[in-house]
Amino acid sequence: MSDVPTEPSTHPIGLQINGNLHQLQVPPWLTLLDLLRDELDLVGSKKGCDHGQCGACTVLRNGRRVNACLTLAVMCDGDELTTIEGLADGDRLHPLQQAFITHDAFQCGYCTPGQICSAVGLAREGRATSRAQIQEAMSGNLCRCGAYSNIVAAVEEALPHMGGPRL
Amino acid sequence: MMPFAYSKPDSIEQAVQQAGPDARFIAGGTNLLDLMKENVERPSRVIDITGLPLGEVRATPLGGLRIGALVSNAELAWHPEVEARYPLLSQAILAGASPQLRNMASTGGNLLQRTRCHYFYDPAVPCNKRHPGSGCPARDGLNRQHAILGASEQCVAVHPSDLCVALAALDARVLVHGKQGERAIPFADFHRLPGTTPEQDNGLAQDELIVAIELPQPRFVARCRYLKIRDRASYAFALVSVAAGLALTDDNRIAELRVALGGVAHKPWREAELEQSMHGRPASRDTWADFADQLLRDARPLEHNAFKITLAKNAIIRALSQAQAAEEQP
Repeated sequence: MSDVPTEPSTHPIGLQINGNLHQLQVPPWLTLLDLLRDELDLVGSKKGCDHGQCGACTVLRNGRRVNACLTLAVMCDGDELTTIEGLADGDRLHPLQQAFITHDAFQCGYCTPGQICSAVGLAREGRATSRAQIQEAMSGNLCRCGAYSNIVAAVEEALPHMGGPRL
Repeated sequence: MMPFAYSKPDSIEQAVQQAGPDARFIAGGTNLLDLMKENVERPSRVIDITGLPLGEVRATPLGGLRIGALVSNAELAWHPEVEARYPLLSQAILAGASPQLRNMASTGGNLLQRTRCHYFYDPAVPCNKRHPGSGCPARDGLNRQHAILGASEQCVAVHPSDLCVALAALDARVLVHGKQGERAIPFADFHRLPGTTPEQDNGLAQDELIVAIELPQPRFVARCRYLKIRDRASYAFALVSVAAGLALTDDNRIAELRVALGGVAHKPWREAELEQSMHGRPASRDTWADFADQLLRDARPLEHNAFKITLAKNAIIRALSQAQAAEEQP
């Protein structure tokens, strides 16, 4: 390490977001969520509580689901990120997106991008298969409309269709 | 969040050299950033330790396990060695936070998370933990979540971790690195009771960095249970939690017993001498009830949390009964 900054300054980072490389200069206090929404116009990820309690900001960081609101952008240098905007294959919806429509798994839709990204992470973890396990493993995503039963049904239906590289 | 300077050291030595009163180490950031957004924490420098080589779980020469401070909670809970040999630890971790937070939060950071006392989190009100000497609104305020054991006039906050309750029961050691070198702290001595200095959660010096947690050889693999009681079924802090481990003789007597409590004090609550005094007693509900009564003998309720004493007793009895009933593994 060449120098240790003692004054606030910006830092260069490189991120792979939904397959696209972004070279950016960021202040260290910028959260990943604010970077996505305010700087890159990727507004699918939502700001609900901004404290890691609601899960509306859930994205995939190097394949793992995380709360973007509690992640500093500067700490993501070199990482691969997937947001809700990166799940569909052109006009072909991701199996979870289709399952959410099939099961009417949302009302206002505000929590939905986070729910879907969280469920993609859940599938990748490979730990939850039963309905009860899915409920537990989705507990980091709140839905104030109370669409939980349909959300769990959607995840349950989509799980078997989510093997393979598109995760 | 207030602006701050950011650095990412390449070595433990560099990280420790950069430490200071206005600096904070960051790993998962799940608690620190939350506190910074609330202006409870206002560091002028943040030292990113995620580039340090502290991400390994490996066997120790003595048959235990060394867990690097940067191992995430999810990695640790699902590590094959932990699942097979330290199931109490897996159970405790998976009872805490959400899957997203467990992917982010580090092992070392889990030990250093601050209390979730509402008054501590609100800079508009006094709090002895935030501003020493300013007062404690929780003592006569909304204290349903607060301590029943080991509290002081100055502070009635509880430590929020689940992982730490299991580490206390398992006799872990915390390995820390500072400018003076490395030292090992027995888990029971890591966190402290509030006394007259509630601003200090633990005995770490300012320049000390947690580098690893060391577990002794596995115990209670077959008979253990982490029981967490909370206001909803998932994703909530404990009202009371119990990490219980049990070893029985052939004639169903206690060979060894461990119980650590969470949600009741400023640190995981355990009494090793009381545990030892139970050796040879029959493994029965009456014994568990007697043990619970003794462990809770000094419990003092606040206005809104007297229920925790009954809840803790029943949780201890249930956790030990479930540990007793657990099948021996092949």
